[in-house]
Amino acid sequence: MTDDSAGGRPPGAAPSPRGALMRRRARSVGGTLLSLALTLLGLLLVTFIIGRVMPIDPVLKVVGDRATQAQYDAAYRAMGLDRPLIVQFLGYVGDVLRGDFGRSISTGQPVAQDIARVFPATFELATLGTLIGVLIGVPLGVIAAARKGGVIDQIARVVALVGYSMPIFWLGLMGLLVFYGILGWVGGPGRQGIIYDGMVPNVTGMILVDSALARDWPAFRDAFSHIILPASLLGYYSLAYISRMTRSFMLEQLSAEYITTARVKGLSENAVIWRHAFRNIAIPLVTVIALSFGSLLEGSVLTEIIFSWPGLGSYITRGLLSGDMNAVLGGTVVVGVCFVVLNLLSDILYRFLDPRSK
Amino acid sequence: MTIRISSRALLLASALALAPAAHAETPADTLVVAHTIDDIISLDPAQSFEFSGNDVNNNTYDRLVDFDPLDPDAGFQPSLATSWEVAEDGLSITFTLRDDVTFHSGNPLRAEDAAWSLQRAVKLDKTPAFILTQFGFTPDNVEEMITFEGNTLTLRLDQPYAQSFVLNCLTANIASVVDKETVMANEQDGDLGNAWLSTNEAGSGAYVLAAWRPNEQVQLTAYEEYWQGAPEMKRVIVRNVAESSAQRLLLEQGDIDVARNMTPTDVQSISAVEGVKILDEPRGRILYMGLNQKDELLSNPAVIEAMKHLVDYEGITSSFLQGQFVTHQSFLPLGYLGVLEETPWTYDVEKARQILADAGIEGGTITTRVRDLREYIDVAQTLQASMAEAGLTLNIEQMTGAQVLDAYRAREVPIFLGEWGPDYSDPNTNAATFAYNPDNSDEANAVGLLAWRNAYEVPAEMNEATVAATLEQDTEARAEMYREIQRRYQAEAPIVPLFQRIEQVGLRENVQNWYSGGAVTSVIYRQVTKGE
Repeated sequence: MTDDSAGGRPPGAAPSPRGALMRRRARSVGGTLLSLALTLLGLLLVTFIIGRVMPIDPVLKVVGDRATQAQYDAAYRAMGLDRPLIVQFLGYVGDVLRGDFGRSISTGQPVAQDIARVFPATFELATLGTLIGVLIGVPLGVIAAARKGGVIDQIARVVALVGYSMPIFWLGLMGLLVFYGILGWVGGPGRQGIIYDGMVPNVTGMILVDSALARDWPAFRDAFSHIILPASLLGYYSLAYISRMTRSFMLEQLSAEYITTARVKGLSENAVIWRHAFRNIAIPLVTVIALSFGSLLEGSVLTEIIFSWPGLGSYITRGLLSGDMNAVLGGTVVVGVCFVVLNLLSDILYRFLDPRSK
Repeated sequence: MTIRISSRALLLASALALAPAAHAETPADTLVVAHTIDDIISLDPAQSFEFSGNDVNNNTYDRLVDFDPLDPDAGFQPSLATSWEVAEDGLSITFTLRDDVTFHSGNPLRAEDAAWSLQRAVKLDKTPAFILTQFGFTPDNVEEMITFEGNTLTLRLDQPYAQSFVLNCLTANIASVVDKETVMANEQDGDLGNAWLSTNEAGSGAYVLAAWRPNEQVQLTAYEEYWQGAPEMKRVIVRNVAESSAQRLLLEQGDIDVARNMTPTDVQSISAVEGVKILDEPRGRILYMGLNQKDELLSNPAVIEAMKHLVDYEGITSSFLQGQFVTHQSFLPLGYLGVLEETPWTYDVEKARQILADAGIEGGTITTRVRDLREYIDVAQTLQASMAEAGLTLNIEQMTGAQVLDAYRAREVPIFLGEWGPDYSDPNTNAATFAYNPDNSDEANAVGLLAWRNAYEVPAEMNEATVAATLEQDTEARAEMYREIQRRYQAEAPIVPLFQRIEQVGLRENVQNWYSGGAVTSVIYRQVTKGE
């Protein structure tokens, strides 16, 4: 996807008259949109087929273990499973184009409504997690590279190693035990304490944002005390990744000749690192951060389970395990769109960060 | 610039994070329960057949007869019906209804609503409908079979069924009385309000459904006009907490009052914590071993007999199933009419080996499928070990619950290890599935019967005895009939009941009168109180 969207700005393109430029821009936007549509359609098709070949019977989930054959057959027909696979798929795509994602068989509610409920929870968590990962991971990586082999570098290495190798399940439970169970610093599993539940009007579905909008600071504090531990946990994992990537990008830059030149010119080390080297790693770093954010949107299933966080990851997983394909497909579309949006955003950021693309 | 903002944000974040969060106890008039509630598919009483859905409906709806949560052993009691009378020929029962009950909508509850609710469930014909249709109701005849007049309701039956059988079935969730006017106002495309009731409620119970967020939380608020008096707990919040250790921590911290899904390890470690108590409640589920008679080896009576001695009953209930199951070797659970408490089988590998040797069986291999639940796998593995000692090889394939169920319903699981929960509070619920299989052919496709799934050709006399027990009017004689069927079953059946489920509920010390529903019903909240 990145390659396709990058097609709009071939590096070193010769300056062209204004009209031609506009035409090419329009063509490239059109091409990008088409490729996005094809990507999403392909994604849907693959998910759809996986759902159909999986040895899990969605009808049984609906009618239950005790159903008679007649009740089973009735539900089978009502779910449209008696139609040929391709008809089912085209029907589904048609519905999606009309904005109808169907009904989830495991919650009994429209998938769109379910996603509107679970997505903000995940988005809030992943955003805070990524924020933590970036705010600590990037400086850590930069310093580790600047003082290669130093104490900070060693610490960063251990932090990353632990982050890569420690099972999140275990770390989550330990975190709960220590910070919630023993120290009592944070709130327990769930998004809110009981007394704050339903007190803040639902605007965005993100409780931190909603309580801030309502200027309900006790509710904000409560929500923060519940989100900080799972967010730190996710943040720790993305920190491990981001700091390692930052370090290796920086090392590459710091060994470049222009850095030597800058140093010879007598620039302070801070200026060399932050104004020269760091600027040049900003672009690949944006991609790394975007990917890490994207993976938190769908990949934090275990964290969601441990912290009773009703998010998208566990929604999709639960759907998959119970043959609830409408839920899985709906969730997949959302994740797919998120990745597309993240790609577009990092593309736009490139234009700001890379003077050549101006 | 970037760095300045981020360090400030970091400071703010750490300041907020380090400030101890307030750990208030739950409010005195609110009951907070942690439970796994991701099985709710529908809250329509005519459709709901999952544990958590029934847990909700049992509190938001009333039925003609119900259990008293403070004395469940007394069996069904008058509820919306104050009395009932069985006709002399036993073919009809007439109920007299209370006239002081109102639905949550404010509408009065009439005999018409009660009759319509039962008719509706039969017409919708969702999975639990068989609980009612077994009395001869069909979508076509139900309006003649279930009628009302004034404040009485009459059920006409196709056979003179035992009164206890009919009334036990009327305590089931599907017999809940719904508010006809409210439901019909929300009907879509002739669905009798099914879609609307799936996520809403129109009952007269002690609690009103305030909110249901799937996989997250159910909120109930007290119905102040409840005819048995407003409940003391004004709010009941059931949170979906999937992790046992998370439930334990929440309970320890006092953020919840009740934890319902703790593992034996967590139960053990929390029982020493001050301010927390553990309540053991036998539930209706039976963990059993089904030996598929399509398998040549397993259809040998000697193998069936030997297998009963290859289960380490005591070892299992005193180790990994400790506290969660008790040994129980008959198909009716403790708490049911006609329960048989005899346990004829003991773990005895030597005896099993002898039985096999006498029958001339020299080893054999069976490959079976087991649901990937820790407790089932553990049971399967101990069985594997003891079978190996007796010269039999057991290969275990682990699968998801849905996959195993699929195969089981297709009669393709050689040795099934899993649980069966009764569908209603009458002994017929288990007798009719364990000990009844009138047509054992593949074509019969009786997927609902455990006997059929295991290809067990139930002897004709046992089929007949099971039917006869549903017609016996004398309750004590009826109980004895079931005990007799179970003795015979123990002697020959290839389906072997092993254990009965115990629910270990973790409660804060001040929670009184908790009732999970025992073996016969679902949770009831209205009698729960919280002391100091």
